[in-house]
Formats: sequence, C-alpha cells, structure tokens
Amino acid sequence: MNYQSDDKGYYGIFGGAFIPEMMHQNIDQLQNSYLEIIGSESFKEEFKLLLTDYAGRPSPLYYSDRLSDHYNAHIYLKREDLNHTGSHKINNTIGQILLAKRLGKTRIIAETGAGQHGVATATVCARAGLECIVYMGAVDVARQSPNVEKMKMLGAEVRAVQSGSKTLKDATNEAIRDWINNPVDTHYIIGSVVGPHPYPDMVARFQSVISEEIRVQLKSKVGRETPDYVIACVGGGSNAAGAFYHFLNEPSVKLIAVEAAGKGVDTGESAATTQLGKPGILHGSRSLLMQTADGQVIEPYSISAGLDYPGIGPMHANLFTTQRAQFLSATDTEALEAALYLSQKEGIIPALESAHALAALNMIAFKPDDIVVVNVSGRGDKDMETFLNYYQSVK
Amino acid sequence: MENRITKLFTTKDKEILSIYFTAGYPDLNDTETIISELEKHGADLIEVGMPFSDPVADGVVIQQSSEIALDNGMTIHLLFEQLKEIRKHVSVPLILMGYLNPVMQFGIENFCKRCSEIGIDGTIIPDLPLEVYETEYKTIFEAYSVSNIFLITPQTSDERIRKIDGLSSGFIYMVSSSSTTGAKDAVDQEQLAYFERVSKMELRSKRLIGFGISDKHTFQRACSYANGAIIGSAFITAITGEGRIEGKVRQFMNKFES
Repeated sequence: MNYQSDDKGYYGIFGGAFIPEMMHQNIDQLQNSYLEIIGSESFKEEFKLLLTDYAGRPSPLYYSDRLSDHYNAHIYLKREDLNHTGSHKINNTIGQILLAKRLGKTRIIAETGAGQHGVATATVCARAGLECIVYMGAVDVARQSPNVEKMKMLGAEVRAVQSGSKTLKDATNEAIRDWINNPVDTHYIIGSVVGPHPYPDMVARFQSVISEEIRVQLKSKVGRETPDYVIACVGGGSNAAGAFYHFLNEPSVKLIAVEAAGKGVDTGESAATTQLGKPGILHGSRSLLMQTADGQVIEPYSISAGLDYPGIGPMHANLFTTQRAQFLSATDTEALEAALYLSQKEGIIPALESAHALAALNMIAFKPDDIVVVNVSGRGDKDMETFLNYYQSVK
Repeated sequence: MENRITKLFTTKDKEILSIYFTAGYPDLNDTETIISELEKHGADLIEVGMPFSDPVADGVVIQQSSEIALDNGMTIHLLFEQLKEIRKHVSVPLILMGYLNPVMQFGIENFCKRCSEIGIDGTIIPDLPLEVYETEYKTIFEAYSVSNIFLITPQTSDERIRKIDGLSSGFIYMVSSSSTTGAKDAVDQEQLAYFERVSKMELRSKRLIGFGISDKHTFQRACSYANGAIIGSAFITAITGEGRIEGKVRQFMNKFES
C-alpha cells in the first residue's frame, strides 16, 4: 500500500486540485516545477543549512523519565517547540520561501489561525526581503494579539478577515481571493497539508524532516530506527504529516493522530473531522469535511485556534479511511490537563495543539517495553492566557 | 428538446445580456419573481446562484448575498422546488451557478437529472476543473443535456482555451480580469490585449464576458469584444435594500434599454 500521493495529488480518493480557472496558471506552475526545484542540489543544500543554522535543527528527541514512569512505557518527546518561532511551522515556511524566490515571486501571502504559521511566514519574509501579507480572522486577531504584534514587528501586514465566522477557514478563503486577484507576482504559503495539489505533498515533504530526524535519533539512543508509536495532533495535519512521513510504510509503527474534540465529539462544539465529517471539497482538495447534509461547511470548535479547522489534509483522510493511522480525539479539558501535567512533571509548557497529542497518552494501553514518540509541535507561550484562565477556574 | 442556450445563440449573437443573482436573496422566496421580472425586462439569459458557505471566487457582494441566502434557508433541494413550475411561464435559458461541494452532496447524477426535468439548460461550477469534468462528469452532463460552462481568464493559455473550446457546449465565460467577482471596473491595456487575443482565435464557442460589468457603458464596451456580457454583483447591489423586488429589478433593467 502506498500512502503518498500519486502524480495528480491523490491519496486514494482524496486530494486533487479543485480550483477555479483563475488559479490554474499558478497551481499548474507549482505542480510542474515543485519536485524539480525542491529536489535540486542547490535547493537541498540551502534548505538544510537554514534548517540547521536558522531554525536550530535538529530538534532534540528527549527521553522523559517521569512520563515514562507514569505511563509505564518509554516516552520520547520530539521537541519541535524548540525551533525558531516556537513550532514546526518554520520547517515549511523556509522551504516555501526558497521555492517562491526560485519562481521569481516578490509578494507573499499566508493564512493563519493561532498566528504560528503567520509568524513563521513573516519571519522568513523578513529574512528574504519579500513583502508579506497575512490573513487572519478578526476573532483570532483579537484572541491572539501577541502573535499579531510579532508579525507587525517582523514587517508583515496583518489583514483582519471580517467574512464568515472570522476564523481560520475564512482567513484561508481570503488568502485564496488575494491570490486570484494577484496571480502574477504572488506566492501563497499555505501553512498545512491542505489545499490543492501540490500543497499537501509539498508541505508534507518540508515537514518530513521531523520523522527523518526521529529515525536517526532513535537509532543512536536505542539502536533501532522505528518506534512502536508516533503520536501527533491533527488540525489540517502538517506536524502529524511530518512526524508520520518516514514511517508510513512501516506497518510495525502505530500512527496515532489526535483531533480536537472541543467540548466533546457529540456536543456540536467540536473539530474532530474524521468523526464528524464526510467526503467533500473545500479549499481546493477533496477530503473529509465537516458539513451539513446540503454541503455547507460547518464551523468547527476547539479551544485551540490551530486545530479549529473543518477539514483535514487529504493524506490524513486516506490514513483514516485505510485505517493505517488510528484517530483519537481529546477534549479541551483533557488537553488543558495534559499541558499542566507536562509543565509540572517535565518543565515544558506545550502549545495547546500539542497538548492534545499528549492527552492521548492516557487513552492507549502501552506495553512496558513500547517505544513511544510524541510530537510536541509547539510551545505554549501564546496560550498563557487560556491556561491561566482555566487553572484559576478549577483551583 | 434543443438546449435553450444553443437556441438563443442561433437567434441572437450580439449584446446578449446575462444576469446573475443569488437564489434566496434578498428573500427566500424571491427566486421565481426575480427570474420572471428579468425575462420581462429584457434579460437574454439568467444565472441562478446556488449559495455556498465558502465562495472563494467571489468578491464581497456575492459573499454577503450568499451568507444571507443561506441564513434565509436556501438549499439546492429548495431551489429545485421553487423552480419546479418555472418552465410554464419562463422561456429564457436558465443556468445554475455554484460551487462543487453542495452539488456533490446532492449527487452529480441526481443534480443533472433534476436540471433536465425542470428545464435548466446549463451549469457554471467554478471549482470543477476541466480535467475532472472531462474524466468524471462529462458523460453524465451530456446524458441529461446540461451544458457545463467553463471559465477562461487573462492567464489562460491559448492551448488551454482551445481545449476548453472543444469541450464547451453552451458558451465560454470570459473572466474579464484577474479577479474575484465585482472587484475591478475599468478596462485596461492588459484586458484589451486579452480580449483581442481571444477574438483572433476564432473559437467555435460563443463568448460572454463577466466580472466587472456594472452598467450600460461597461456592458456595451464588453459587447464589442464578445457576444455579450454577464452582470452579477452590480445587480445584487441594485436589489439590496428597501422596496418591492419587482420595482428594483425593473429599475435596474431599464438602464439597459436602448
């Protein structure tokens, strides 16, 4: 079984490029050139150098004594939170900015939810000297002001999106509209493994450095490259795609994707797409989508702005449907508790998104010799207000 | 029965005025009235928008009309109910325009079947790409004699325009500039070069120009490069606000009388 995309961008029945004609030229150019560009020696060299010297890779694979004791298994944390800008998002934006430069683009647009991808995009644009416009839902602008200030300081323009529910889905719509209106000079840096082909595959490739490093690090620590479990949270799914990538065709590695259950999968306030969605088309690809019987997209809910998305990358939809990955979900409360636990047992404050992956440790019956890697996709600085509100309310 | 779009072009091939509106806007049950009034006041072709929650190819006017239409309760099922008897009193070609996901959830075959039963002549589905249409849906659309209309833009290559020309059975929808709907309103040099480039290709399909057409002046200018033009956002704006829907439609259409 092949879990990668075919040359038309399909993962099983999911993926493809469902785009209006106005985007055809740009998408066609990307489809025809991305593999050649990112496969070239000069690109690989520059990408590697920046990941090392600019982003701070490789990120450590840290053996957690106390989590290992508690869960009675060998728990390793992949520390993407230690990257420059505080999450795995920088891996993708470095890759895409190098690509945009080679395509001769001078203007960069991006969407952002919590602001992590927006900050990572503004960062690489500052370094590359390219104009940067970030679309962010007005609701998210209000609740993630530190990241908005960072983007501005980095020289980006943040456009607050007033349409629809004013969150990530609408920011993505607005970025697509910008690209339609500016087809010649602009490159759109999508932040997750979503969107029309080649984005899901391209972003997964840029993020695949996560699992590439896990293999090398595990080999030197325990003498084998493959763990028994890899656990990652999934909104659109870019950190999970990166953490799973080099294990997709290793059936011995159990892949665990953790979605945001919000207030509970059946409460009507959830973002657990595989539980609540069915096949549909949004933002240029066919995937699983939360929608009404009439095909209108449903607003998801999660306490974590980064998991608050009604779809899921087509790679993950295929991993779910083929049962290659197991999909679990964690509620707001379970994630908050997991964040507190890691903070107090290991001195690591994880992002709310990553806390969903950590919460899944409670849901799996491990064997004592199991080797488990949890991807800590980002750090929790941006979530301090949410954390404090919660911990004060339960004290 | 002959497709009404094809028939229209055999009787008229200049200054074809096509009007777009969003079904369920301003009020849920305005659909039939708007269609009747448009026909009465000279529309040659009518595009009925099926609202979608995430209309990425549309500017703010159609976004807002779509949102209100959905809040009003519009669905494809309801739209077909409203249009069930439309052919008893309306004879202009009717086209349904909307995004792929709601159509897919309705079921493509079921959708084409309903179109054919009711007398809908064509569809415009902006996010259904040529390649997918060709491999997955073409035979279904053809079996029910529903013309799927494709868009071209200033960025579309000659080679691709030829391919679209070959696959088109209604007309080619020429997007006037690189934009979402309602965004730009001036004809610039780049646009002229594009219009002339396409004119010179001597395509077999008729062409209508859309996006950025708002009044008699822009309509006539567009008509000098194509068989007609399409007005959407400007019409939606005109039927927004106080007053009876019949009067607002009449007032807008009167501006186009020669």
